[in-house]
Amino acid sequence: MAISVNTPVSREVHAGQMKRTRWTRQSLATTFLLVFLVYFVLPFFWLIVSATKTNPELFTSFGLWFASDFNLFKNLGDLFTHDGGVFLTWLWNTAYYATCTAVGAALIATIAGYAFAKFQFPGRTLVFAIILGSIMVPSTALAIPTYLLLSKIGLINTPLAVILPFLVSPFGVFLMRLYAQQAVPDELLDAARVDGAGEIRIFWSVAFRILVPGFVTVLLFSFVATWNNYFLPLLVLSDPTYYPLTLGLASWNAQASANGGAQLLFTLVLTGSLVSILPLIVAFLFLQRYWQGGLTLGSIRS
Amino acid sequence: MQKQQQVEADHSTLAVSTVKQKPVPLRWYRWRQRVALPYLFLAPFLLLFMLFFILPLGYALGISLFADRLVGGTVFVGGQNYLQAFQDSSFWEGVRHMLLFMVVQVPVMLGLALTFALLLDSGVTKLRTLFRLGFFLPYAIPSVVAALLWGYLYSPNFGPFAQIASSLHLPAPGFLTDSGMLASIGNIVTWQWTGYNMIILYAALQAIPPELYEAALVDGATGWKVARYIKIPLIAPVLVLACVLSIIGSLQLFNEPSIMATLAPNVIGDHYTPNLYAYNLAFNDQQYNYSAAISFTLGAIVFVCSYIFMLATNRGRLR
Repeated sequence: MAISVNTPVSREVHAGQMKRTRWTRQSLATTFLLVFLVYFVLPFFWLIVSATKTNPELFTSFGLWFASDFNLFKNLGDLFTHDGGVFLTWLWNTAYYATCTAVGAALIATIAGYAFAKFQFPGRTLVFAIILGSIMVPSTALAIPTYLLLSKIGLINTPLAVILPFLVSPFGVFLMRLYAQQAVPDELLDAARVDGAGEIRIFWSVAFRILVPGFVTVLLFSFVATWNNYFLPLLVLSDPTYYPLTLGLASWNAQASANGGAQLLFTLVLTGSLVSILPLIVAFLFLQRYWQGGLTLGSIRS
Repeated sequence: MQKQQQVEADHSTLAVSTVKQKPVPLRWYRWRQRVALPYLFLAPFLLLFMLFFILPLGYALGISLFADRLVGGTVFVGGQNYLQAFQDSSFWEGVRHMLLFMVVQVPVMLGLALTFALLLDSGVTKLRTLFRLGFFLPYAIPSVVAALLWGYLYSPNFGPFAQIASSLHLPAPGFLTDSGMLASIGNIVTWQWTGYNMIILYAALQAIPPELYEAALVDGATGWKVARYIKIPLIAPVLVLACVLSIIGSLQLFNEPSIMATLAPNVIGDHYTPNLYAYNLAFNDQQYNYSAAISFTLGAIVFVCSYIFMLATNRGRLR
């Protein structure tokens, strides 16, 4: 180490150097991150640009810049009227499935997580270990047997076939157990018990209010999982009027690719993709506190 | 403690007034409090968990032991479907793709995520919120839409990369060819999940108390040394968790290859990944029993892989 730092001159030199290296490091790191920001954002930019183009322009104009005429509103009009306005049905279906699943899954996970956190009961460790282990079983490996079972009880091709399986959220239970452990003090529950409140009432009117932030986090993640789900709906839904957006867009894409003549569908798929991702992006921007909180909570395990 | 006893005493006296014997209602009360109530709270979850996890799993195992015969209908064949899967080159080709994908994509993605998280955490840049949100954005969109988007970007006809290449008089990059496909799919998954993993790691880094590395900084340790010897070991459990979840994710690859199949049907056949194979067996060939055996084998591989990984990384560390 430099021993000569005591002389004022060398100290100044030293500080100046440090400032300079600090500045270089900062700009290097920022440049590095900016390059990746372009990588992550570029497809979105391309999507927005493409949604403003006509079909021929999609093929003739440069992909990363706007074409001469701005066609977004015409495309949106086409999107919502094509095939008898089926896109609107898909949008509605997706919102409906996602809302039902998210509310149900979050509620069920909250109740279960609270029970794991706040009650001592025989079998607690074992049951919780099984639930945790189930996170490691790939959901897609379950999808085909689930389809076969659902078809046995005649639920195939109904909204319930997409909603019911997604009400099970092992990760939600895991998250809510952690949250309840940290957020709900035992003293508060004991006080309510002394006042003579029953356990169910204690949960609803005392604990649940405290658990709301965790509840919203699980709600948000279930909502996204259902909104983005593709595999299960692909298996269990065959009637296009029940399709969610993902399935609908994929079916248009398959049609467009199968008969190269139906190029109109390419713009529809692109404009539809843009419309379908807007609600989630808005939700994530406005609910930052909740998803970041949830991911933080998940990380303080160990 | 005293309160608890008092409550129980209250209840037992209450119960005594209706039923005469004392010990029985007390035991009943305890049973209700310690067993019935918790399980009442768990009932909705456990019921659905049985119906949509345990039951399908058991059912898959069950039907995988049977086979449809032209003569004699469905007959019990024991492990024969599994034996068939072991000798099925289509299945192993899928497994090979899947493992290759896992071995390359997961380290690349987590390496990037960790680098970003460390950079953001070290405060070396002032645009933290912009980077956090920008990197996370791809997670918010459905993987089907992500695959569609990239599929178009890869397109040799109107994809911007092909356009740029042709304006430079170069051949269009072979994103959708035999040799390029796995990397192209890997890119889609990396694009979509790096930000998500970054946020998890970043949150863990932010939770480290600064006192733990302030001393090292004063002693003149560089940012890199602090990261290598203090920060990364401290967030190791989170890194392991992210790794396990990524491994599980990559082993059940389906959405991306199934979308790519519509764009490049010759490259992605019916068994590009085991999942795709199981799907095609069940829905195109109606071979439900064999498909269930494949699904089950796949599930077992994933479970064993992640379990071994957990054990290996937990070795020498207290739980």
